[in-house]
Amino acid sequence: MNKPIIRVFAVLLVLFGLLAYFTTRWTVIDRAALQDNPQNKRELLAQQRIARGSIEAASGTVLARSIRRSDGTYARHYPENGLFAQTVGYSFLNPGTAGLERFYNGQLTGRTAGLEGTLRKLQGKRQQGNDLQTALDPQAQQVAIDQLAGRAGAVVALDPRSGRVKVMASIPSYDPNVLRSAKQTARLNSAPGAPLLNRTTAGLYPPGSTFKIVTAAAAIDSGLYEPSSTVNGDNGVEISGVPLNNDGGQSFGEVDLTTALTQSVNTVWAQVGERVGKRRISRYMERFGFGSPVPVDLPPSERLASGLYCSPDGNREVVSPTDSCVDIGRASIGQDKLLATPLQMAMVASAVANRGILMQPAIATRTIDPEGRTAYENTPQRFSRVMSAASAEKLTAMMQRVVQEGTGTAAALSGIEVAGKTGTAERDVINNITQPWFIAFAPASDPQVAIAVTIEKTVGGFGGTDAAPIAKAVMESLLR
Amino acid sequence: MSARNRELFGLLPASLLIVAGFGAVFLQERTQLNNLSLTYGAIFLGLCFAAHLIIRARLPDADPYLLPIIAVLASIGLVMIYRLNETLARDQAQWFVIGLVAFAATIILLRDYRLLERYRYLIAAASIALLLLPRVPGIGQQANGAYLSISLGPVSFQPAEFAKIGIIIFLASYLRDTRALLVSRKRYGITLPRLKHIGPLLLVWGLAMLMLVFIRDLGSSLMFFGGFLAMLYVATDRLIFPVVGFGLFGVGAWFFATTVGHVGDRISAWQHPFDPRLYEQIGGSYQIAQSLFAQADGGLWGQGFGQALISVGDSPILPAAQTDLIYAVIVNELGLIGSIALLLVYVLLIERGFRVAVLARDSFSKLLATGLTTVVALQVFVIVGGVTKVIPLTGVTLPFVSYGGSSIVANFVILALLLLISDRARREARR
Repeated sequence: MNKPIIRVFAVLLVLFGLLAYFTTRWTVIDRAALQDNPQNKRELLAQQRIARGSIEAASGTVLARSIRRSDGTYARHYPENGLFAQTVGYSFLNPGTAGLERFYNGQLTGRTAGLEGTLRKLQGKRQQGNDLQTALDPQAQQVAIDQLAGRAGAVVALDPRSGRVKVMASIPSYDPNVLRSAKQTARLNSAPGAPLLNRTTAGLYPPGSTFKIVTAAAAIDSGLYEPSSTVNGDNGVEISGVPLNNDGGQSFGEVDLTTALTQSVNTVWAQVGERVGKRRISRYMERFGFGSPVPVDLPPSERLASGLYCSPDGNREVVSPTDSCVDIGRASIGQDKLLATPLQMAMVASAVANRGILMQPAIATRTIDPEGRTAYENTPQRFSRVMSAASAEKLTAMMQRVVQEGTGTAAALSGIEVAGKTGTAERDVINNITQPWFIAFAPASDPQVAIAVTIEKTVGGFGGTDAAPIAKAVMESLLR
Repeated sequence: MSARNRELFGLLPASLLIVAGFGAVFLQERTQLNNLSLTYGAIFLGLCFAAHLIIRARLPDADPYLLPIIAVLASIGLVMIYRLNETLARDQAQWFVIGLVAFAATIILLRDYRLLERYRYLIAAASIALLLLPRVPGIGQQANGAYLSISLGPVSFQPAEFAKIGIIIFLASYLRDTRALLVSRKRYGITLPRLKHIGPLLLVWGLAMLMLVFIRDLGSSLMFFGGFLAMLYVATDRLIFPVVGFGLFGVGAWFFATTVGHVGDRISAWQHPFDPRLYEQIGGSYQIAQSLFAQADGGLWGQGFGQALISVGDSPILPAAQTDLIYAVIVNELGLIGSIALLLVYVLLIERGFRVAVLARDSFSKLLATGLTTVVALQVFVIVGGVTKVIPLTGVTLPFVSYGGSSIVANFVILALLLLISDRARREARR
């Protein structure tokens, strides 16, 4: 009977080998995949036991902080409620993390890698997060929110010299503190107007005539046109075989480009765009940042690419302006299949303001560790040289005229030169629903702020009448 | 060195484990634990020593390694439970006392364990009754769809833990008598026993199926039936028996998996633990998914004693961490290295168990030792396999490690029986 006993033992050994193999599989072989599984909340749960760093505005105003609870875990609190809701984001067990909270999770939880982390552990120190400092301006943000007055829309303002983001307002908004409750989270997820959406970076809208700045930059910087070059601005010029109308059906005759920008003459800029050509427009769009997710320190899922969306299968995918589906004349005046995020349009203004050099937008400036040392410095980075300084100066002069005597006079500030461009995208011609835009920078001679404003829907509103006053108020608050 | 002195020295690793483990957990959570809790460790060491003295007095020739191996397992379990919940550790220490009483009673009352053979039908009937108790209205309890425990007043216990011992005793005795008859008749070149000989064995198969239906627990029935097949194979030395047996079990399991909702749910949760629908469902795949996540965090070296994330506030992250999922906690805290070490301790235990079976002189002792060892081994396989997604997860305890009174007491009785068999075998071998 001993032989079968030993065989039974052998079979059991094989079974135990199986156990050892499967344990190895979960702990070593498939470890990374399991840890990345979206259902795996262990890391998030573990983070509940870490004193997460706070998030602060430029003035030192605390936008997010952690409060210790009696059971030793920490809860996130947002003292300014919904002021920077979509930008700061949130960090809760459910629904997880978003915004700066997500992008800077490693810094905020103080995940110190390598030797220093090990040393801290050996010393028995609790893991503690780094504080995140930003350039955000709560006062100007409040002005932007007040000015939007509940209308769905977005305002982005940044410093063109550094790319530091000052204002990032997206309406409708929400109070992140309520996300602590699963019920409220579910309600917000399906709320009308998508309050969780950061419209400044993930709202895609037809930019309308504000895009003419991109066309003008390509036209002048490529040497094909001067601000004084004249083009026929009559109504009904055929673009891609279809007559194009000017606003109000007005004919301007032969006009120079400065006038054409000041009066926002569609037919002129469509013809300029056609002559400059798809390839050049494409190159300049790329330099301005079109075609790839808008570059800013927010999670990839919250940033969309501006550009031409024309895949017929409904895929929301940006195509090159050289694609055959593109009507380059109409794209040049911000129509056709062109869509842009408000931050992208602020970058357009910013590049002109900063003498042709586009700085990469950045919300955070640095992180500070619990000992008060700088843990991470987000130094300003150049995104691209879009155009020569000379071309930028010419464009600046043209844009100043828009505010002095053109469509954008409502943005004029007393004592400060403002350069800007209006836009009014048609959303529903029959019901006269428009999307007003305004992009600008100031002071024109020494720009300190670049801004983009848009309101999703107005009945018969214009960029000059609806968006420009908002830009004016926000710039005033930032320059005061 | 004599066997008993070797056993005494063998208790050293367990003592070190207990001292180091309790010390580590206590230092880690000093703020929340009181000094008194350290006495649970002391009680445990005292019990090990008491068990040693009982063996020294009554079974001087018994295997010297069984007790130390089990002491190591139990100390790992006690430290883990202490780390999870101080109160549970106190209960567990108390159960060790009761387990020791059962251990001593078994050794003293069953001086000649072969007496058991006389009462085999009574034992079999009692075991079957025990198995069915959880379905009796009023005292039976259902947990996660399975009927495994009964409650009598304040005490609740799992009768299956004791039934398994009774059934093994019955089978060992029955197979001792019929093993020659089972292989005596050949038809068409294969072994084909008469119906009246195979009948009781078919009854055991039926019993396993009945467990599936009535108790609704795949793991337990797999454990019972596997133990039975191992004994049948050892009794007859014919591969045909376990092959046909597994076939029958497979057919039955498949039938119930497709018809009994609870069994089918467990199987789909096993196949697709991350399916959102199953994950959200109550009694779905949440537990197995969390088990795998916890193991992944353990990695090669583990996160260290007391580091595993078990719950946040009152909501459990690892449900049933102290019973079903204790292996996942061990993997999380001690890593692959620690858990492989634990599995090796079990392999050592099984090896000692089969050594007892090999050394035993008479068929009944051999079959009994084989059956007891195999069932313990299969129980480890069923729960560790369930936690590591080798097989569908079912709620059995990890022998000597998991929290649970019935399990501790029953396993101490198994230990006593193995020591009784080994004492006789080694004494006869020496003679």
